[in-house]
Amino acid sequence: MSLLHLAVFAPFLLALFVPILYKLFRQIHTGWFVLILPVLLFTYFSRFIPLTKQGDVITERAAWIPSLDITVDFYVDGLGLLFALLITGIGSLVVLYSVFYLSKEKEKLNQFYVFLLLFMGSMLGVVLSDNLIVLYSFWEFTSLSSFLLIGYWNERERSRYGAQKSLLITVFGGLSLLGGIILLSIMGNTFSIRELISQSGQLIDHSLFTPALLLVLLGAFTKSAQFPFHIWLPDAMEAPTPVSAYLHSATMVKAGLYLVARLSPVFAESGLWLWLVSITGLITLFWGSYSAIKQTDLKAILAFSTISQLGLIMSLLGLGAAALHYESMGETIYLAATVAAVFHLINHATFKGSLFMVAGIIDHETGTRDIKKLGGLMQVMPITFTVAIIGAFSMAGLPPFNGFLSKEMFLASMVSVLELDIFNMDTWGVLFPVIAWVASVFTFIYSMIVVLKPFTGKLSLKLLDRKPHEAPIGMLLSPIILASLVIVFGIFPNLLSSSIIKPAVASIQPSLVGPDFQVHIAFWHGPEPEVWMTIGIIVLGVLLYKTLSKWQGITMWVPDRISLNSLYDNGLRGLERSSSFVMKCLMTGSLRTYLLSVFLFFILSLGFTIYWKDAFTLDTKHFAPIGFYELLLAGVIVAAAIAILFAKSRLTSIIILGAVGYAISLFFVLLRAPDLALTQLVIETISVSLFLLCFFHLPLLASRKEERMTFRLNNAMISIGVGVIVTLIALSAHSNKLFDSISSYYLENAYKEAGGKNVVNVILVDFRGLDTMFEITVLSIAALGIFAMIKLRLTRRKDQS
Amino acid sequence: MELLMAIVIGILFMCATYLMLSKSMLRIIIGTGLLSHGAHLLILTMGGLKGGSVPLLSDETASYVDPLPQALILTAIVISFGVTSFLLVLAYRSYQELGTDDMEEMRGTETNE
Amino acid sequence: MKQNDLILQTVTKVAAFVILLFAVAIFLGGHYSPGGGFVGGLMTSAAIVLLLLAFDLKTVTAILPIDYKVLIGSGLLISSLTVAGGLLFGVPLMTHAYRYIDLPILGHISLHTAVLFDLGVYLVVVGVTMTIIQTIGESE
Repeated sequence: MSLLHLAVFAPFLLALFVPILYKLFRQIHTGWFVLILPVLLFTYFSRFIPLTKQGDVITERAAWIPSLDITVDFYVDGLGLLFALLITGIGSLVVLYSVFYLSKEKEKLNQFYVFLLLFMGSMLGVVLSDNLIVLYSFWEFTSLSSFLLIGYWNERERSRYGAQKSLLITVFGGLSLLGGIILLSIMGNTFSIRELISQSGQLIDHSLFTPALLLVLLGAFTKSAQFPFHIWLPDAMEAPTPVSAYLHSATMVKAGLYLVARLSPVFAESGLWLWLVSITGLITLFWGSYSAIKQTDLKAILAFSTISQLGLIMSLLGLGAAALHYESMGETIYLAATVAAVFHLINHATFKGSLFMVAGIIDHETGTRDIKKLGGLMQVMPITFTVAIIGAFSMAGLPPFNGFLSKEMFLASMVSVLELDIFNMDTWGVLFPVIAWVASVFTFIYSMIVVLKPFTGKLSLKLLDRKPHEAPIGMLLSPIILASLVIVFGIFPNLLSSSIIKPAVASIQPSLVGPDFQVHIAFWHGPEPEVWMTIGIIVLGVLLYKTLSKWQGITMWVPDRISLNSLYDNGLRGLERSSSFVMKCLMTGSLRTYLLSVFLFFILSLGFTIYWKDAFTLDTKHFAPIGFYELLLAGVIVAAAIAILFAKSRLTSIIILGAVGYAISLFFVLLRAPDLALTQLVIETISVSLFLLCFFHLPLLASRKEERMTFRLNNAMISIGVGVIVTLIALSAHSNKLFDSISSYYLENAYKEAGGKNVVNVILVDFRGLDTMFEITVLSIAALGIFAMIKLRLTRRKDQS
Repeated sequence: MELLMAIVIGILFMCATYLMLSKSMLRIIIGTGLLSHGAHLLILTMGGLKGGSVPLLSDETASYVDPLPQALILTAIVISFGVTSFLLVLAYRSYQELGTDDMEEMRGTETNE
Repeated sequence: MKQNDLILQTVTKVAAFVILLFAVAIFLGGHYSPGGGFVGGLMTSAAIVLLLLAFDLKTVTAILPIDYKVLIGSGLLISSLTVAGGLLFGVPLMTHAYRYIDLPILGHISLHTAVLFDLGVYLVVVGVTMTIIQTIGESE
C-alpha cells in the first residue's frame, strides 16, 4: 500500500463517512465536506506533472490475489495522469456546483454524495490500474454508480427507465470486456497491461486476437456511447445536472476512449482495429450531431452533442493507429491525430462541462429546459449568457477558443486520410473528410441552437414556471472557471502541450515517440485545407441556422417505430414477457407439482443412468449376516412405515413416526453406532414431544379430496418408483467400491493427531469441525426463524390493496 | 443384511414419497421425517455394515466400522430435527393465518407484480 | 381439567437431575466414549423437557431463569472463537491442542481445546432445542 493506493481508495473511505457527516451536521451542506477530497486529490495528482513530463512512470504495487496473478498495481503515466486530473479537477468543480444546485433541505444528499464518491474512486481506479481484472472491477463499479446516480430521483419513472437502460447496455459491454480481457490474458499469459503492450507484436497472429479485439471494443463502445449503443446516454440525462456534467460528459463516458487509447499499442497493428475504431467514431460523430438538431430539450441536445464529440475523439484515436504502419512520414501526420484526440478530450471536458452547468442553471432558475419555451434570457442572466457563448462557440470550433484549435487539428487529420494507402483506405478514405465536414456543419448549427435559442429572442414569462433571475454566485463559479479555461487553453494552448498532452500521447503510442518528439499547437499554419473547411463550416452553418425552421422537418423523417430506441424497448418487453411466460409454466405455486417434477427427474435420470451404464451390481459376498433382532426391527420399521400411510388420526401418525425413530435407534445399536443410537433416541423423544406440542395447533387429518383414485394411483406409482430406485442405488453403492474409503485416515490419526478415541466425535469436533460449526449455525437460524414466526405474529397486511 | 437394509430403505423412501405427495401439511412433514430416516440408513448401508467393531479406539481391536458415515449421520439427525421443527411451526402458523392445511388451496394463484 | 401427576412429579424431581448429570458426563467424555456436544446438549434439553412435562412452564422458568436465545449466541461465539483461536498461534483454523495432566483425585485426565468447541456445540443445541420448545409452548 502506498500514498497512490490511498489516493484511489480515499473516495471510498470518505463515502463511508458521508452518511455520518450528513446526520451530524444537518445545517451544513454535505457537499462542503466532500469538496475537500477532490481538491486535495487534484493537488496530489498535479505533483506528478513534472515527473510524467520527463517520461517517468510511477508504479505502486500491492498484492491482492497473487495466486491468480491479480495485483492492485497502480501506475501513473501521461495518459493515466491526464484522466486522473480530469476526474479530480472536474470533480471538484462539479461538487462545488452541486452544493448550490441541490437543496440541502429537500434532497437525499447522503445518498448523492456516497454515489458520487463511489464513482470518483472507481473512475480513478479504472485509469490508474495496470491489472486488467482490477480495471474491470472498477469499470463495473463506474457503471453501477452511474446507474445509481441516474436513478437518483427514483420516484420519477423516466429516471428509473434511464437508469435501467444505461445499466443494461454498459454492463453488457462490461461483460464482453471481461471476455476480451480473459482472451487477452490467455494470449499474453498476463493480466498486466504493460506486459501485454511489451509483447504486442507477437499477439496479432494468435487465433484469439480478433475475438479479443471485438470484445474489448464492444466494451469501450458501449461505455463511450458509440453508435449504435449511444441510446442510453440521452436517457441518462434524467440524472441531476451535476451528474450529467461529470459522469455523462466529462469522465465516465470517456472511459471507453481511455480503454481504446490504453490498449492501442496492443491492437493497433491490426487493420480491423483502425477501421472499426475510426469508422464507428465517424458514424457516431455524424449521427450524434445530426440527431442533436432535432432535440428541443437543452440537455438532450447536449447529450447528443456529447455522443458526437465522443465519436470525434474515437475516430481520431483510430486514425492515430495508422501511424504504426509508417516508419518515417507517418509519425508527424498520424501522431497529430492522437495529439488532436488528447487535446480535444481536454477541451471537450471544459466546454461541455460549462455548457451542462449552464443548462442546469437555466433549469434551476426557470423551471424548464425546453428551448421552445425559453427565450430572451440574455437580459436577466448576463453572466450565464457569457459563459454559454464561450462554451458554445468553442464547441462550434470558432476562434479564439480551444475548440477551434482541436477542431482544426481534427479536420487536418481527416484530410490526411487521403494520403493513406493501406487497408483499402485509398478508395474509401475520401469519405472521412466528407463525413467529418458535414458533421462539423451540424455541430455548428446545434451549438448555435444551444446558445441562441434560450438567450436571444423574446422572453415570454408566462411559459415559465417562475420568474428567472441570475443564478447565485456560487453556482456560477464552476462554469466561470471552466469557461475561463476554455479561453486560456484557446489562447495559450502550449501551456498544455508539453506538460500534459505530450506525455499522454507518448503513452498511447510508446513505440513511435522518439526523443525529439514535440507537441506544438499553433493558431495559424498557413492556408491549409482545414482553414478553408472551417470557413466553409461557418458560412454554411450560419446560412442553415438562419433557415432552420424551413428544413428542420427533414430531420424527423425517421419514424420512431424503427429507431434503435424502439428496438431496445421491444426487445426488453419481449424478454420480460417470455421470461414471465416460462416462469408461469414452471412456478405454478403448487408444492405437489414441484415435488412431482423432482421425483420424476430423480427416477428417470437415475434409472436411465443405471440402465445405460449398466451400473447395477449385486455383490453378495460381502453381505453381513442377518440376526434375529435385526429381522424383527426391520419388520417393525416396514410395518410402521406402511401403517402411517393408512393412519386416520394425527395422534396415530405421530406415535407411529416415533416408533420408526426408536426402532432405527435400536438399529444403530446393532450396527455398532453408539453415538448415533444415543442421539437418535434423545432426538426422537424431543421430536415426539414437539409434535405433541404442535398437535393442538394443527388441523385434523381430513380424508377428503385425496380419495380420487387416479390421484392416489399416480402418487403410488411415483412412490414405488422412488423406492425401487433407492433400493437399487443402496445395493449398487455397497457393491461397487470404486475408491478406498478415506475413513482409514481418520481411524489412524484420531488418536495420534487429535488425541481422541471416539473417532466419530473426533471427526465432528476436530477433523470436520468447520462443518459442525456451520451446522450449529444452521440450527441457530432455524431456532430464530421459529422464534420469529411465533413471537412476531406477522399477519397478512390489511392495508394491501 | 445389506439386502434387507436396502429393502427397508426402499420402503421408507416409498412411504415418505407417498406422504409428501399428499395434500395435507402434517402428512408432508411426517413424510420428510421418514425420508430423513431412510437417508440415514442409506448412508450407513453404503459404507458397509458390521465390518468391524464400534469406532472407539482400543488396543485390542484391529478393525472398526466406518466412522465417517456415522459422523455424517449424526449431523444429519440434528439438522433434520431443526428442519422438522421449523416445518411444524411453519405449518401451524400458516394454518392459523390461512385457515387451511391443504397445499392446493394455499398456492398463490395471482401473480404479484 | 385437574391433572393428577403426582407420580410423574416425584419421579421427575430425582430423574431430571440424574439425566442432567448423565448428560454432562457424556458431554465431557465425548472424545473417548460415545457422547459429545450434540448428545450431551440433547440429553440436557430432554431433562428440561421432562421438567416441563411434569410441572408447567412458569415453574420451570422460575427454576431455570435462562434466556435460551442467549445460549445460542454464546455457544456460536465460543465455537467460532475456538475455530479462530488457532490463527493467534500461527496455525490453520480449527487446529486443536491437547495435553495430558495428572490431578489429585481425578487422576490421569486430558485437557482439550476441542472440548471448548464442543461446549459451543452443547450450548447451541440446548439453546436451539429449548428455544423451539419454549416458544411453541408459550404460544396459544
